[in-house]
Amino acid sequence: MSSEITHDAAHDEHDHHGPAKGLMRWVTTTNHKDIGTLYLWLSFIMLLYGGSMAMIIRLELFQPGLQWVEPHFFNQMTTMHGLVMVFGAIMPAFVGLANWLVPMMIGAPDMALPRLNNWSFWLLPFAFGILASTTFMESGAPAFGWTFYAPLSTTYAPDSTDFFIFAVHLMGISSVMGSINIIATILNMRAPGMTLMKMPLFVWTWLITAYLLIAVMPVLAGAVTMMLTDRHFGTSFFDAAGGGDPVMFQHIFWFFGHPEVYIMILPAFGIISAIIPTFARKPLFGYSSMVYATASIAILSFMVWAHHMFTVGMPVAGELYFMYATILISIPTGVKVFNWVTTMWKGSMTFETPMLWALGFIVMFTIGGFSGLMLGVAPVDTQYHDTYFVVAHFHYVLVTGALYSIIAAFYYWVPKWTGHMYNETLGKIHFWWSTIAVNVLFFPQHFLGLAGMPRRIPDYSLQFAEFNMISSIGGFAFGLAQVFFLYIVIKTIRGGEKATDRVWEGATGLEFEQLPSPPPYHSFTEAPPVR
Amino acid sequence: MIFKKFSSPGLMVLAGSLAMLQTSATNAAYELNMTEGVTPISQELYSLHMLVFWICVVIGILVFGAMAWSILYHRKSRGAQAANFHESTTVEIIWTIVPLLILIGIAIPATGTLLDLEDAKTDADITVQVTGIQWKWKYTYVDEDISFVSNLAQTSRDVFKDPTGNENYLLEVDEPLVLPVNKKVRFLFHSNDVIHAWWVPELAVKQDSIPGFINDSWATIEEPGTYRGQCSELCGKDHGFVRIGVEAVTEPEYKEWLASKKAAAAAAASAAEQEWSKQDLLARGETVYKANCLACHGVTGAGIPGAFPAMTGSAIVTDPDPSAHIDVVVNGKAGTAMASFKGQLNDVDIASVLTYERNALGNSVGTVIQPSTIKNAR
Repeated sequence: MSSEITHDAAHDEHDHHGPAKGLMRWVTTTNHKDIGTLYLWLSFIMLLYGGSMAMIIRLELFQPGLQWVEPHFFNQMTTMHGLVMVFGAIMPAFVGLANWLVPMMIGAPDMALPRLNNWSFWLLPFAFGILASTTFMESGAPAFGWTFYAPLSTTYAPDSTDFFIFAVHLMGISSVMGSINIIATILNMRAPGMTLMKMPLFVWTWLITAYLLIAVMPVLAGAVTMMLTDRHFGTSFFDAAGGGDPVMFQHIFWFFGHPEVYIMILPAFGIISAIIPTFARKPLFGYSSMVYATASIAILSFMVWAHHMFTVGMPVAGELYFMYATILISIPTGVKVFNWVTTMWKGSMTFETPMLWALGFIVMFTIGGFSGLMLGVAPVDTQYHDTYFVVAHFHYVLVTGALYSIIAAFYYWVPKWTGHMYNETLGKIHFWWSTIAVNVLFFPQHFLGLAGMPRRIPDYSLQFAEFNMISSIGGFAFGLAQVFFLYIVIKTIRGGEKATDRVWEGATGLEFEQLPSPPPYHSFTEAPPVR
Repeated sequence: MIFKKFSSPGLMVLAGSLAMLQTSATNAAYELNMTEGVTPISQELYSLHMLVFWICVVIGILVFGAMAWSILYHRKSRGAQAANFHESTTVEIIWTIVPLLILIGIAIPATGTLLDLEDAKTDADITVQVTGIQWKWKYTYVDEDISFVSNLAQTSRDVFKDPTGNENYLLEVDEPLVLPVNKKVRFLFHSNDVIHAWWVPELAVKQDSIPGFINDSWATIEEPGTYRGQCSELCGKDHGFVRIGVEAVTEPEYKEWLASKKAAAAAAASAAEQEWSKQDLLARGETVYKANCLACHGVTGAGIPGAFPAMTGSAIVTDPDPSAHIDVVVNGKAGTAMASFKGQLNDVDIASVLTYERNALGNSVGTVIQPSTIKNAR
């Protein structure tokens, strides 16, 4: 019924305000869909770039000894891999999804601040260009880990560190502007009747994430600015010899860093909360408790940072507090998992590709949550801290958590975006290939860490040889699977079976119920009816 | 630079891995779990670790079991009809309260263990100061006037490219920390440069050593033996090679070791009084260079451009007046990675490495520096 009306509206739109032609379309665009596409492509390129560095890491760790790269280069790889994946792959992917989806989900024509949107994207290619260029500088890229602890990142850092600092500033500005835009859009541009508590959870989780970003990116900017003045302008913020405090760096970093962890997972919760009900053909269980759980996680995320620092020698009272606060986070997180499982319970489930990725997310993210609970227990963290157990933990939450949700989102919404169905067989192969490989890659790392292998080492003694080799084989297979994904993405964009407007039998939400596939260039020029 | 010898990548990796998995299966160390260790604390940590692990397993079975059940029985292909329930305050409250109770059950033993773990001050028998230095440890026995530097053993450094068959690869150190069993040892951690972390899993000690801070931890070792560990906080280029060796011995053996260590220190002091020949200084200098300088300044003295300066042709090293050279090695250079070596090396070591740097690594200044010169420069 109403789809006919929107079709006509879409035609008018195309006549008057279609996209410009050629390259300048992408440079000057202020359209939320174009910018979303740009973000997603940047994120994919960064995934492959960061992934290729992971391949070098796994290659060197394939067997004991130093066969392929020098330790200094190895440290550059771990550092750049972390920075590129966190700031280049995961975060821009979620911003890209927000750009595509938020206006369509709340019944808006576009983002609230379209030119700001253009700028916040176009800062990023330059930021990552600057960061990547450090690899080719005389001193090599930064080699102090993505957490860049002082004084290794100040007094003892290579000359290229200043480029890193500038790149981080650009990324921070981009994130803050993007967040302002998302908040302005969600708070001002909802269709009449779209009350806050009717918003899809993806919109809710992004609203909360945007606030987290605005709160913590300036803290990161402060940390790198202090590094800069320590390096060049004679200050001693982090230099004990000048009366400064190297541990203060870690407090500042993790005051940014822990909320950052949730910045990378809250939008994922929103995606999973959209996909599970669709394929269970049953409404999401406990919508309002999901909203409250998200808000609780966000608030708690500011109060637990020092659990990354249990071995720096905090007072016992501090360690006790941070332990209690940390394990408390497992409650709202648990509530989310229970809600998803209950949504599936007595549903009528089918298992198309997006559902497979979402189910993979729930199982493996929960495994990452379990190891997170273990890590939160301060005394035992003595044995876990800075080992491969930690590496396994955060890759379970970031790869099989955040990345899996992004891939699930791609399969779920790409028919809506392009009007083409992806190839179901290829999608399923992609899922099973990735899931087997990723577990071969990361599960043995739990054992390595427990048996005593620290992270960030280019070489190890012989008792770790077997699991490292298994892990590397999984790594190469997982890397290859994402190249296969690139093929699927291109193939789907170029053509495929025509998608219906509803796309999925059980799909709900304005983007599926009120817009054709693909949607018009400006989503809603008139506010859609909201039930 | 990266792909030095990749001929036919896929096949080689696959064939190599299968072969190595098979051969290593005989003496494989597929170690799965945390060590129980040899101290009361390490055993407490192990029990706590297993407690939390089993709690996670049980929760996992329940959650994944429910999921698996839905996936098997509530699927459309079996004709399942979707129910429409989507809210229940009661169950939401239940699955908030029950996890909270479980967490309290974890927090109680964890609190007790943490208090034990942090109680380093009470009744320590021996105090050892551990100083992290890029990329080695220095141990100082606070009450005994004994102090030495511990490096990765040269045997490992010789086989970086192919350690196959070398069972102690990256495990042995040149001088282990020797401690008596059944004594409470208090460790004080400190760093000369960046942050390191001293970790020996069997002792359940992992503590950051931080410039400007003194941290502490403790261990009472209950069984004699060799316990190995390594630095676990990224500390720069050679972070992976900062190894730790602890020899736990009986009380009499410990006393014997203390005496021999003191005698060796006295012998070294008298050696510093003598006049050394150039050959002897060069030979010793090469060893000292490999253990202390090579990591940054390179095998050939080329350094790493942009990060660490070259030795070859350096203005300071080739200056016929050695005073600047002596000063930078003895006192270090503030604001850079160049450490002060006066606390790490004795007079003979410093004199020989200076002589070596001036007459090897592509330099030929000709100067010979005697230990007595260093003694005066301190």
